[in-house]
Amino acid sequence: MSMQTPLGRVRGLGSAKNGTHHWWMQRITAVALVPLTLWFVYSILSLLGAGHAAAETWLASPVNAVLMVLLIIATFHHLQLGLQVVIEDYIHGEGAKIAAIVIIKLASFALAVTGAFAVLKVAF
Amino acid sequence: MALSIIHRATGIALAVGALMMVCWLVSVAQGGDAYTALNGFLSSWIGRLMLFGWTWSLLYHLANGIRHLAWDTGSGLELDAARNTGYAATVFSVLGTIALWAAAYSMTGAFS
Repeated sequence: MSMQTPLGRVRGLGSAKNGTHHWWMQRITAVALVPLTLWFVYSILSLLGAGHAAAETWLASPVNAVLMVLLIIATFHHLQLGLQVVIEDYIHGEGAKIAAIVIIKLASFALAVTGAFAVLKVAF
Repeated sequence: MALSIIHRATGIALAVGALMMVCWLVSVAQGGDAYTALNGFLSSWIGRLMLFGWTWSLLYHLANGIRHLAWDTGSGLELDAARNTGYAATVFSVLGTIALWAAAYSMTGAFS
């Protein structure tokens, strides 16, 4: 009889040799995105029709800038995990599948950095 | 079953929405001209249609995502419960979208 927990036994396993990591990160980012997206929707609603200066002032506030960077990180981490599964399910050629996953991951990372840089540029 | 594929479809739509979110942030950093240009596009009928789609997609993916998180804890998996929360997520996303757009239009005065 093993003293290991069920989670301990599956960690490091799976087709990608990283077991539950994908699943776990998708859940963690999902939990983070619940309050962050609600905050973002509320913020956008309050900025409607307010013009550039108001948007700039809003984004320059430290709390908003930090929440915005957190939203960017959680969003792009979550979406590249999700799109990876979609690609794995629908693209069957091994080469095309790997190429699509690499493109999605690199593009997500580049877009996240671009978004975060825009926030910091306004904030500082 | 239908709700599951919709979860995936709204997720893909929201990935495109995330791209627009970055465009919007860059336009704020760029300055007034870029912001006005992007605002012009988003205010057009096609822009509004996209925003409307993203609003519903976000609320649906959010509500259905919470269902998934509940299922991961082992609760709500019974057929009746799963059906009821499925209806609840769908109704929430539709009513929430209508409420948000009603709020948006009443705040910007476009109803008058």
